[in-house]
Amino acid sequence: MGEGTSIGKVRGTGSAHSGSHHWLLQRFTAIANLGLVGWLVASFALLPGFGFQTVHEWIVGPLPSIAIALLIVSTFWHARLGLQDLIEDYVHEVANKFACIAVLNLATFGGAGFGLLSIIRLALGGA
Amino acid sequence: MAGTKNRPLAPHLSVWKPGPAMVVSILHRISGDALALLGLPLLLWWLAALANGPEAYASLVSWVWAGDPASTAKTITSLAGKIVLVGLSWAFFEHLLSGLRHFVLDVGAGYELRINAIWSWMVMIGSILLTAAFWAAVLN
Repeated sequence: MGEGTSIGKVRGTGSAHSGSHHWLLQRFTAIANLGLVGWLVASFALLPGFGFQTVHEWIVGPLPSIAIALLIVSTFWHARLGLQDLIEDYVHEVANKFACIAVLNLATFGGAGFGLLSIIRLALGGA
Repeated sequence: MAGTKNRPLAPHLSVWKPGPAMVVSILHRISGDALALLGLPLLLWWLAALANGPEAYASLVSWVWAGDPASTAKTITSLAGKIVLVGLSWAFFEHLLSGLRHFVLDVGAGYELRINAIWSWMVMIGSILLTAAFWAAVLN
């Protein structure tokens, strides 16, 4: 945003007319992922084993289950933003790009919904 | 978008001298895409298997990790599964450290050639060391 008119610098949107919102959300979800996925990976390293009983007993606890729910939201959101960048870089034809981003939105919303349902079932003991 | 197809291209796209910043940049994209396209589906499979009970979980473990002597398919997929899981753990640490590097670059620091190269090497070496430490902790 170094070049350009003064009002353009104030609006801060650049030639695409949007993007700083995407950029900021990518950072906010990255910070959330740093904490939440970092926690999950540390938990994997510290779990005494990966048998069903051990993992189930751990994950249904109030803290792990809410952390997993938040992790699903932030990772799928971050992935949606990142894969959108990928599509915009490599799919140039307008209709194909629109179709790819539509599929991306359906897949990430659907995936996050499915993951949230699974952790809710676990936390409420429906299994 | 009419009229944007025949814009001039930069003439120097193919004359880069490879450097650590360039490698770490493409690794950021590769590791992020791997985490999104392989890691998230595996996460969903793992959560759904846990929610569906011990049999579903045992099935997941036999497909992805433990294998099954009675099944050639599971012997192959469990070998692939180990490679994918080790790869994903590396992708996570690579993406994490590379993302931290991006936060530093975002505030306008670390653009000096030497500093930038050092950070890039730290990302690549650090991600391998963290992957090794993670699996040492998991498997012991």
